[in-house]
Amino acid sequence: MIGSRTSSIGVFPLAVLLVLALGGCKDEKREFREMPPAGSPIGAVRESELQPGPSVVAESTKSPYGNNAYALSEGKRLYNQMNCSGCHFQGGGGIGPPLMDDDWIYGSDPSQIFTTIVEGRPNGMPTFKGKLSNQQVWQLVAYVRSLSGLEGTSVSSAREDHMYVSPDLQLRSPQTPKNTNTPSK
Amino acid sequence: MKSRDLLWAALAGVAVACTAYDHQSVLDPVGPQATSTRQLFYFMVAVAVIVYVIVVGALLLVIRNRRTAVDDPQSPAREARAERTIKIAVAIVVPVLFVFLLYDFAVARVVGRMPEGSMLTIDVTGHQWWWEVTYEDPIPHNIFHTANEIHIPVGRPVRIKLASHDVIHSFWVPNLSGKKDLIPGHADDIMIRADQPGIYRGQCAEFCGLEHAKMAMLVVAESPAEFTRWVQLQRQPAPAPVDSVAIAGQRVFESGSCAMCHTIASTQAAATVGPNLTHVAGRMTIAAGTLQNSRGNLAGWILDPQTIKPGAKMPANALAPAELQALLAYLGTLK
Amino acid sequence: MTARPLGEEITLPPAIDEADRARLHATWEPVTGIMGWLKSVNHKSVGKRYICTALVFFLLGGLEAAAMRAQLARPENTLIGPDLYNQIFTMHGSTMMFLFAVPIMTAIGIYLVPLMIGTRNVAFPRLNALGYWMYLCGGIFLYTFFFLNTGPDAGWFNYVPLSGPQYGMGKRVDVWAQMVTFTEISALVAALEMVVTIFKMRAPGMTWGRLPLLVWAQLVTAVMVMFAMSSVATASIMLGADRLIATQFFNPAEGGDVLLWQHLFWFFGHPEVYIIFIPALGMVSQIVTTFSRRPVFGYPAMVAALVATGTVGFGLWVHHMFSTSVHQLGQSYFTAASAMISIPTGVQIFCWIATLWLGRPVWRTPLLFVVGFLVVFMIGGLSGVMLASVPFDVQATDTYFVVAHLHYVLLGGAILPLIGAFYYWYPKVTGRMMSERLGRWNFWLLFVGVNVTFFPMHILGLKGMTRRIYTYPEYMGWGTLNLIATIGAVIIVAGMAVFAVNLFVSLKRGAIAGPNPWDADTLEWATSSPPPPYNFVNIPVVTSREGTWAYGEEIPVMTGLKTDRPETLITTTMTTEPLYRHELPAPTLAPLGMAIVIGGMLTAGIFTPWGLPMGSLVVIVPFYFWGWPDKRQHERNLREERERRGEAEAA
Repeated sequence: MIGSRTSSIGVFPLAVLLVLALGGCKDEKREFREMPPAGSPIGAVRESELQPGPSVVAESTKSPYGNNAYALSEGKRLYNQMNCSGCHFQGGGGIGPPLMDDDWIYGSDPSQIFTTIVEGRPNGMPTFKGKLSNQQVWQLVAYVRSLSGLEGTSVSSAREDHMYVSPDLQLRSPQTPKNTNTPSK
Repeated sequence: MKSRDLLWAALAGVAVACTAYDHQSVLDPVGPQATSTRQLFYFMVAVAVIVYVIVVGALLLVIRNRRTAVDDPQSPAREARAERTIKIAVAIVVPVLFVFLLYDFAVARVVGRMPEGSMLTIDVTGHQWWWEVTYEDPIPHNIFHTANEIHIPVGRPVRIKLASHDVIHSFWVPNLSGKKDLIPGHADDIMIRADQPGIYRGQCAEFCGLEHAKMAMLVVAESPAEFTRWVQLQRQPAPAPVDSVAIAGQRVFESGSCAMCHTIASTQAAATVGPNLTHVAGRMTIAAGTLQNSRGNLAGWILDPQTIKPGAKMPANALAPAELQALLAYLGTLK
Repeated sequence: MTARPLGEEITLPPAIDEADRARLHATWEPVTGIMGWLKSVNHKSVGKRYICTALVFFLLGGLEAAAMRAQLARPENTLIGPDLYNQIFTMHGSTMMFLFAVPIMTAIGIYLVPLMIGTRNVAFPRLNALGYWMYLCGGIFLYTFFFLNTGPDAGWFNYVPLSGPQYGMGKRVDVWAQMVTFTEISALVAALEMVVTIFKMRAPGMTWGRLPLLVWAQLVTAVMVMFAMSSVATASIMLGADRLIATQFFNPAEGGDVLLWQHLFWFFGHPEVYIIFIPALGMVSQIVTTFSRRPVFGYPAMVAALVATGTVGFGLWVHHMFSTSVHQLGQSYFTAASAMISIPTGVQIFCWIATLWLGRPVWRTPLLFVVGFLVVFMIGGLSGVMLASVPFDVQATDTYFVVAHLHYVLLGGAILPLIGAFYYWYPKVTGRMMSERLGRWNFWLLFVGVNVTFFPMHILGLKGMTRRIYTYPEYMGWGTLNLIATIGAVIIVAGMAVFAVNLFVSLKRGAIAGPNPWDADTLEWATSSPPPPYNFVNIPVVTSREGTWAYGEEIPVMTGLKTDRPETLITTTMTTEPLYRHELPAPTLAPLGMAIVIGGMLTAGIFTPWGLPMGSLVVIVPFYFWGWPDKRQHERNLREERERRGEAEAA
């Protein structure tokens, strides 16, 4: 029958698509209540490069939602609703430092940004400890990192339904963090 | 045969639907628009049934009496008869459609016009997935906010100004009126009037994402006196808690994550991301009509909203049992 | 309008020359095997592929519907969560509209129209093949992403801003918008070639007044597709651009408008219903004619009705938007237009009943489906007139009343005639009859199932059940009616299973059909079943609307087409006088290659703004092969040219 032969012909493009979109599953997952591993990064973050004893190379933590479209979108919503934009604006900075450049005062690693949000930083960054769930903070981390193109640019949205504020994330060139405070990879 | 049986079943079904009381039904109107629309609907059903019976009856007759004789299937006399019949049929259909149009336009006029008089104005803003309700007043401090529950006085026309905070929603309380979409960038309004006291349920009717199914609201039509009392209460700020558990609960609310999204008037909680909770204990439902407002439901909702309403913007809250009990006690005081 | 007498062109069919047939066969099907299959540009192969593929998508769409009915069978059900449910109902709508209904109606036209108008292939066979491959790629594209959890989830109508960049996060809606691009390429090329085929390739004597009604229906549909698909193409490109490169078409804050989407979408979306429905009307007319044993009554009125439906069909789109802020006077216009379109449909229904009354109906399965169509479709048609009323529409829209209405229209008005058409034309396509006994089971199960599933939905809608909800609370009292609807869905599944069994079993065991098992009048029955690759040994000549009934076995033909090359006859548009012999292209891989390249380009286009511009450069490669002249044909032409010159010089 012709139908069965059709499917054998379809195998080639199917295989190509499968390879192309293998990451799609994770990118498109809508995680509503799952709690990503949360507690560990806070203790693991170091403020200083100096340490007693043999020097241990810290592992760079991976953001649980790095390339997840839903988390990124929720992060963006929280970024505005929690008034991050009040100081950092849409990433360009103002009262607070810009988030879309390559300069990270307290580190660009996901765990460092997590700590920055949860613990706060001197000179103005408030603490969100107890104010946001860990999941929400991770969503914010994913969005903040996407602002400078560190991750998630393939799933970030092109624009918001409000006034034009910054160039499309996907058309911006990613920034490589230049700060020394980043744990070595 | 089958079709006629089904037709009767259908009519019986419609009849049953009319007699039973329904709190979210087109067929149980309590407002002028819904009432005249129901009349129009019955008229249309009657005409449709007549048309259907005639046409399908003719078809079934033709099939039952189908000829097997060898006479000429193209006899001019019979063709002339068929042509005459069709011409008559079309000549009937066209005026019927005209009557339908005229009646329809008349009803549309009724529906579109509402006696002005002392109009109550309410702003309703659609959010994913709840309704923000604001009662307008010329005196600014008389303006108050609530959510997912609209109280209106019986017999008084109400203008509801519709806006959307995010995507398109649709305001629909079928017992009162047809629906109107809340469209970003297009301010619009809808006028309703409830002629009988009661609680009428409404639901978002335009697909608006994950929890479109759980975006309901209640319209409470009550006597003008009751309504005035309700308004007076809503204008008051939240009563300060008196017992120590409730005081602890207020601290939980203000210091924890609740205050990041919700407002309770006269407290430090003043965020406008989620519904205004100033008088939350006085509402019948929580989570936009998803749950009955009881202490147990509220506890479940606060701890794990994502199981009850997956995708809702309210995060899970890991509260210690004592904190939760205090918070529930405090919320219970917000009558 | 009558044709000029064709005089000497009418000759008796020449004695059947087996050598001639073999030569024609070799000319029209030069390549066999898997390569022959991949290279084929024959309208019958392409048509069959289209139909089989569309049936596969019909099955998938049906499974999605069954999943939704299972979820809604009882209140507070937790079988399917909101995230998956939204994808499933979007996939169901998109599959049924874009991957099943429109393609299968087109496919039946692609298969039948050249046979019915007495020609040997469609006008642009390679374009036709491209259309199929694009459609196949589009379907595979959509379902691949669906299985990767990237199925579109903003409804088949994809209203912005829910489908826009902010609220439609991820690539899900991009997949939908690009799937539309695949299918619109396929639909547009099919429409184009259908119009040209019908205008320029009708057999001598097949004037407009003698054209079978199915061909008329396909012509009206093709013209509608050109206008409607352009609208959705524009809209989906704007949506894709908003999402990928931050254009502001639908952003109110930057001067865009969300209602723009709805206008563009429904300017396509409403005619889309008629694009599905009108070919079905054509099928009904053919079936009624054949089984009444007389020409359809009121042919001019039928043609006028089809054209009127196709025209007025573009004037009703706003009745999908009555609950938005449209001015009352404007609404009245669309109410009137929506009521008016019932007149041409009514005229057709009257004419069919008159045909049955005048004729001597033969009670076979296809006719059973036609009667079922009238009985079921009338309910959907009448509830459609109700929905034209603004006050009632704003109550009923986006409720299950509309779900009931649209399924009565589409299942009653398109699926029942379509299945009837399967029973009717199956012998022509396969050479074997389908089982009548299974046919009756199929009909009654489907008929009962459709009514049991969808009638209760009218009442559910009036009782306030809104559309596109994945669950409902128990206290709403919708449980019983939903359970009945789910039981009805089980009956529909049973009916469709009988249909599938009948399709497969009859392929091997069905009675041998012969060229004209139903003693039908149109020209497709004047050739063998299944038809040879060249359709007709000689191009038939038409002298009456009654086709084969006017002549029986002895049909006048026109001879003179070469047998050593794939030639067909081009005739004038109005009077169908022979103009010239036209050589059609040989089988080629170019359409398949082109479809794969365009498919890759469109897939890349949802991930990066560079996808389309870079892809357009790559498309030049298959274009190059497409345009490269056939070597043998070229040498032959040179030789003939030399011979002609030689003769001229000798003279």
